[in-house]
Amino acid sequence: MACDSWTEQLDTYLDGELPTAEARAVDEHLRGCPSCAAQALRRVEQKRAVHAAGQRFTPDPAFRARIQKTIAAPKPTLWSQRWLPVFVTANAGVLLIASAFLLTLQHNRRGEQQLISELVDQHVAILASANPVDVVSTDRHTVKPWFAGKIPFTFNLPELQSSPFVLVGGRVSYLSQSPGAELIFRVRQHQISVFIFQDQGARSTELARTTLSFQVRTWRHNGLQYFVIGDASPQDLDNLSELIKAAG
Amino acid sequence: MPLFDRLYNFAQWLTQDRHEAEDLVQETYVKALKGFRSFQQGTNFRAWIYQILRNTFLTSRTGLKSTATVPLEPESDQEHLPASDDTPETILLQRSDQELVQQALSRLAVPYREVLLLCEFEEMSYQEISATLAIPMGTVMSRLSRARRALRDAVQDCSKRNKVT
Repeated sequence: MACDSWTEQLDTYLDGELPTAEARAVDEHLRGCPSCAAQALRRVEQKRAVHAAGQRFTPDPAFRARIQKTIAAPKPTLWSQRWLPVFVTANAGVLLIASAFLLTLQHNRRGEQQLISELVDQHVAILASANPVDVVSTDRHTVKPWFAGKIPFTFNLPELQSSPFVLVGGRVSYLSQSPGAELIFRVRQHQISVFIFQDQGARSTELARTTLSFQVRTWRHNGLQYFVIGDASPQDLDNLSELIKAAG
Repeated sequence: MPLFDRLYNFAQWLTQDRHEAEDLVQETYVKALKGFRSFQQGTNFRAWIYQILRNTFLTSRTGLKSTATVPLEPESDQEHLPASDDTPETILLQRSDQELVQQALSRLAVPYREVLLLCEFEEMSYQEISATLAIPMGTVMSRLSRARRALRDAVQDCSKRNKVT
């Protein structure tokens, strides 16, 4: 039992993570203690075994080529090298306008992607949280008034009695420093987050897409923007979106 | 492409599926390229890109399932673990063949499998593992200790099963 304090340090020692003075002390003990030395040897063998077993999977050459192609910067073609200067000179004005338009479009699209990623992150955090909601209720007449005074707008919640959806509760959420409502619904074993924020104008009007395997629906109505996010089926998200639209 | 083979190997260990591993690696590179500005020069590039891969995995369907369904023993920072109770049976590990260890590793819970691979195969320091997994150093140590013990048990178990079949 006297060796317990030494064996506790063995892994850290063998990983090379003990401070020099302590490592030296373990070193010295191992020289004089056959039991601990045998233990250390077994652990070294285990480390070696995992190291050897760790190399197991090799990427497919076709996959490697695909990734290289994906991340490689597109090279200018011969045509563009020869004619682009002429084209640019001749159409400088047109190009300037087109570039400005494309940049704005790209900027908006990137902003929209970031926005949705942020909301997907919030939804994932809810899935992992032990206390996902601040107001727990299946009654829309309890959940809706709870938000009064907490967010600068109000909204309508749908009647769910004849639908497969159950309202779990809600919490205050933030997007671009603006407070909004996050409502959690359940359908079978899936949770769906519905985010409602004040419409900031520049976002897309209506969208259905998949991000990191999560289904996303968004639309604008009456000065508010709605985002519905979850890993339920596309049909479920469409149905819930329709119910909320009908209530709004 | 930096670390491509190793990232792929790690991705398939996490997902246990070739197609999912390919999607995971592709998404990791796309995110790394997009977010390269967020990488601070002088800090650890390897830990940064592994962190992207792991975070991407955790938000995937398989990742969410793996972390939601695996009950780990409670672990705390700077926890004192009892001395390991190696028995002659566990010496089996040193003589076991590579396939058996791979089989045992596959059966470990993802948090144990990843910490073992980062330490033993990738040979990351505790500090790098702490940065990659976003957990304190004390937790790295206690999780590693539990993972090693779990691996020894899994090797024994796989060995017994293989003998029966």
